[in-house]
Amino acid sequence: MNTSIIEARPDFAAIAAWIPQGSSVLDLGCGDGSLLRYLRETREVRGYGVEISDANIAACVANKVNVIQNDLESGIADFENESFDFVILSQTLQATRHTEALMKEIVRVGREGIVSFPNFGYWKNRLQVMFGNMPVSDEMPYQWYDTPNVHLCTLDDFEILCSHQHLSILGRHVMANGSDVNLLPNLRGSTAVYRVRRDT
Amino acid sequence: MDNSVGIVSAKRAVFDTPFTFKSGAILPRYELMYETYGNLNVDHSNAILICHALSGYHHVAGYYAGDEKNIGWWDNMVGPGKPVDTNKFFVIGLNNLGGCHGSTGPSSINPDTGKPYGASFPVVTVDDWVAAQARLADLFEINQFAAVLGGSLGGMQAMQWALTYPERVRHVLAIACAPHLTAQNIAFNDVARSAILTDPDFHSGDFYQHGVVPTRGLRLARMLGHITYLSDDAMADKFGRELRGGKLNFSFDIEFQIESYLRYQGDKFAAYFDANTYLLMTKALDYFDPARDLGGDLNRAFAAAKAKFLVVSFTTDWRFSPERSHEIVHALLHNKLDVSYAEIASQHGHDSFLMEDEQYFAVMRNYLNNVAEECAP
Repeated sequence: MNTSIIEARPDFAAIAAWIPQGSSVLDLGCGDGSLLRYLRETREVRGYGVEISDANIAACVANKVNVIQNDLESGIADFENESFDFVILSQTLQATRHTEALMKEIVRVGREGIVSFPNFGYWKNRLQVMFGNMPVSDEMPYQWYDTPNVHLCTLDDFEILCSHQHLSILGRHVMANGSDVNLLPNLRGSTAVYRVRRDT
Repeated sequence: MDNSVGIVSAKRAVFDTPFTFKSGAILPRYELMYETYGNLNVDHSNAILICHALSGYHHVAGYYAGDEKNIGWWDNMVGPGKPVDTNKFFVIGLNNLGGCHGSTGPSSINPDTGKPYGASFPVVTVDDWVAAQARLADLFEINQFAAVLGGSLGGMQAMQWALTYPERVRHVLAIACAPHLTAQNIAFNDVARSAILTDPDFHSGDFYQHGVVPTRGLRLARMLGHITYLSDDAMADKFGRELRGGKLNFSFDIEFQIESYLRYQGDKFAAYFDANTYLLMTKALDYFDPARDLGGDLNRAFAAAKAKFLVVSFTTDWRFSPERSHEIVHALLHNKLDVSYAEIASQHGHDSFLMEDEQYFAVMRNYLNNVAEECAP
């Protein structure tokens, strides 16, 4: 199953690559626990997820993943300072309401934060807007009227936020169609994973 | 009956070693009633202990021969193919010390006096129960339970297992539970106790000799309890303002359906439950506070625990609210223990933990399936 998860979610492989064996990990909005399970099986991480959906809670439990049922934006307050090596927010940033506050919480609870999100600046998205419509893509498969995404951003935008919040970007992995993108990432990348930490 | 463990019978374990209560009181000899379902595996690693709450007892699942309607109190949860799957687990239910279903309690005869213990029965705590349960486990040569689970006061016992016997329990399932009662909760218990203590038929706990039962007090205590176990919404849904006779009678007789229901529940309970046991159970609830001797620091209280935890709460449970479960989860996280927490959207207040609910049962089933996998030889 490990390979299929990585194929389905290329950002998982990028996230896992940054996580050393035996780390502690908090996955905010952990879904059915696939990433935590993958990290447990391949990295022996000690992990917890925070998740709101009933179906996902039952799925996490079935996946032998520790999961706390709570809204991830209010639920993270329960976690102590630097109680995890990594706090992961995978493909969820764009759907959070208090994005700024959550970013601060991520680097409070985790020694490092790992954040992945769809790049709104991807050329296919730009093209759709240019032709007069809101973008609909694999990463953002919603119509404007039913999307949970309220805070979409480009790579540049995200990096500006990090700078405002005094976060160092320790790593960045940009992808499109499952392949790495190094040239003109803000234009050619559809998904990005960042590794951040508070400036010391 | 579908997925029932079928006909079961209660058994009696006799303990001749003296039992010292937390209070210092000593019982030289005592008995515990219990039932078991399923089979203990070769290495005795598949045992589950079910701890009961205020009014529960050893009859957890199945039914008695010739009394098919007397179904165990958690039969929806325990049985072949059910979340606590008796095809996989060896399940023990018992009646706690101080109970009134056959285990030694206030209504049992004190061999020293030839009369019921009554008021002289020691005040029993959750710690005491867990210690007594451990002796029962010893009888079966169960060194470590696969899981200990319970709801409400039963959940407190399950948690206490992880604190008193960290090596003897692999999983704790604490349902509709709290790390200690709030002042409001103690207040409810005190009103219930006052109803019993002030009943003229109570005779300071020694009513047995007078051939009477403090029915009025017990009934009031149960009525009050019932109000707090249900949610406002559940009561509104079930009874609303419906009148039994369809019209106002301008009297103090039973008029609203809720009055009829509460009195029925009160009468039913008072007919079989022992008043002294009720006092003991509520006192055990009030006293439970594993952080008490640690300056109220629950994080330190759980430092000894090694078990993995499943904590479950119900959204409409205002007597053991989700916030109280958050406190437990917080302390477990602090101690880097494995924990999952599910907050079940349910209509039925505190009583939800006894009701069948798709999400609740899915979580329990998935969790216990994994526990069963670990037990497989």
